Amino acid sequence: MSHHSLQAVAPPLPMTNAAPLKRRRRVTPARLGVYAFLFSAALFFLLPLYVMIITSFKPMPEIRSGNVFALPAMATLDPWRQAWGAVSQGFWNSVAIAVPSTVIPILLGAINGYALSFWRPRGANVLFGVLLAGAFIPVQVMIYPLVWMMARAGVFGSLPAIVLVHVIFGMPLMTLLFRNYYASVPHELFQAARIDGGGFWRIFLQVMLPMSLPIVVVAAIMQVTGVWNDYILGLVFAGRENLPMTVQLNNVINTTTGTRLYNVNMAATILTAAVPLAIYFISGRWFVRGIAAGAVKG
Amino acid sequence: MSNVTLRNLCITRGGTSILRDLDLQIEPGEFLVLLGPSGCGKSTLLHSIAGLIDLSSGTIEIGGRDMSDADPSERGIGMVFQSYALYPTMSVEKNMSFGLKIAGTPKAEVQRRVRRTAQMLQLDALLERKPSQLSGGQRQRVAIGRALVREAGVYLFDEPLSNLDAKLRAELRRELKMLHHTLGSTMVYVTHDQAEAMTLATRIVVMQAGRIQQIGTPAEVYDRPANRFVAGFLGSPSMNFIDGSIDASGRFTAGVLDLHLPQAAPGGMTLAARPEHIHIDENGPLNGTVTLVEPMGNHQVVWIDCGGHSLSAIEHGARVLAGGQAVRFAIDAGRVSLFDQGSGERV
Repeated sequence: MSHHSLQAVAPPLPMTNAAPLKRRRRVTPARLGVYAFLFSAALFFLLPLYVMIITSFKPMPEIRSGNVFALPAMATLDPWRQAWGAVSQGFWNSVAIAVPSTVIPILLGAINGYALSFWRPRGANVLFGVLLAGAFIPVQVMIYPLVWMMARAGVFGSLPAIVLVHVIFGMPLMTLLFRNYYASVPHELFQAARIDGGGFWRIFLQVMLPMSLPIVVVAAIMQVTGVWNDYILGLVFAGRENLPMTVQLNNVINTTTGTRLYNVNMAATILTAAVPLAIYFISGRWFVRGIAAGAVKG
Repeated sequence: MSNVTLRNLCITRGGTSILRDLDLQIEPGEFLVLLGPSGCGKSTLLHSIAGLIDLSSGTIEIGGRDMSDADPSERGIGMVFQSYALYPTMSVEKNMSFGLKIAGTPKAEVQRRVRRTAQMLQLDALLERKPSQLSGGQRQRVAIGRALVREAGVYLFDEPLSNLDAKLRAELRRELKMLHHTLGSTMVYVTHDQAEAMTLATRIVVMQAGRIQQIGTPAEVYDRPANRFVAGFLGSPSMNFIDGSIDASGRFTAGVLDLHLPQAAPGGMTLAARPEHIHIDENGPLNGTVTLVEPMGNHQVVWIDCGGHSLSAIEHGARVLAGGQAVRFAIDAGRVSLFDQGSGERV
């Protein structure tokens, strides 16, 4: 509409020359400076990664004698095989922890956010405030009480225990994400579904959840990354059988006997970091879209 | 089609009273328009009929049954929203059949109703599309279709045309009127647009600050406004209000302006005259100066200064007028309204 009125008021601009349309991007000193800065900053941050990668392909004698930055003279995959052997069990443990610890909090967060935004139960704001406060309490404060409670319940040191802990700590943020996402959905949509006869679950499952894909992707990235990178909770709650990859990585690197196998350490570290990195790169496009979706209606 | 009866309706939200002791009787087959400025409670009233807002007290009867506490889906209503409120992940057909499927309507019947409604609203070709692939006008037609397939007793419209541009709005307004003619259903329509109210309504309810100011046919409300608020709200440009007094002989005077009103009672009064009842005329009894002329195409609005009173007059002829020009004019004494200066009520 505003488009129309604009056209009506402003006369069409005379097209005397086409130059402004095809404006060339010229290389100015300022632009060169920007690129120089960006390039050096990127180099600075990528240097450790570069060292890790080349070191992981070098045999040990070469590491001891050579330059840290030199490319491997005789590249080898042995450190990677050794590293995978050391952390593969942890990898599968982490997968077993991360899958339920992502799916359950997202589902619960979506239901919470939906209920808080649309059904507005009595005291919804207080409930939400309490939940949010939970997000700001450091995890470490709650470890001891949780250990005590779980030991009493007889589930301490098991897969369900670590999943439950991740569900609890993931809930505030997941609820916040979904509540804010649903707050941007027009309330009339919910009212229309009410008149059509939809109940709590039907409106959630058939109307709201199908339109939540962008925020589900954002939530999944945050939760997977958080759970995968967790160390302390896994160490405390998972039990010997289910130690996550981060804990096993620490065991590999902090071994006190024998020589330090830098190449194996590097390879194991890269392997551990690979999952969150891969998720971020694959779904980065979705990540940005989901964050922007809450800001702009429609 | 159903009738709707509201008795002693009170709605309070967050400690402030939005509607107070409201009574309203809506006849079957009527096109009732709730008209008022934003915040007057007209949308709240509509939402309470739909069951989307809880009543503080009072009763709502739809089709002779008490529906005060019934679930929105059980009230036998269909509703169209300002923002269309279409389910974005569903096709047009699914949008329209969603409610019927929940109600457990047999498949063949659902299909029959969707087909028929789609045909009526020229949506046949769009049934497979998603709402995002439709234009604004098409979206609102789908929203209307979604309400119609319910074959409800009462259809509620909450400013359904406000999001459309002027041309589409006029077009859909006409379609809605045609639809009411063909279906003959009871319709309750909320708007702040007086043109919509005048063209669509069989009766208009003018509201302000949670209270009904006047109920009547469009002609009644326009020609015989019940109070100053109604007089000022309807009509564009607005009515001309002149504070003055009437003497025993029925002469209304306000400064240099005077007018003979045969049947008027004496006292302090506000005279209200529609712009179309002020005529520019060489033989007119009143003098003034043109301050501004607004050409509207088929007519022009002429603003006249008359001894400090700024009056608007509608001039249909091709008379050429310019600012600063002295004119003579007449006020049609038979068509003016008089309001008590204190209460603002019609005298």
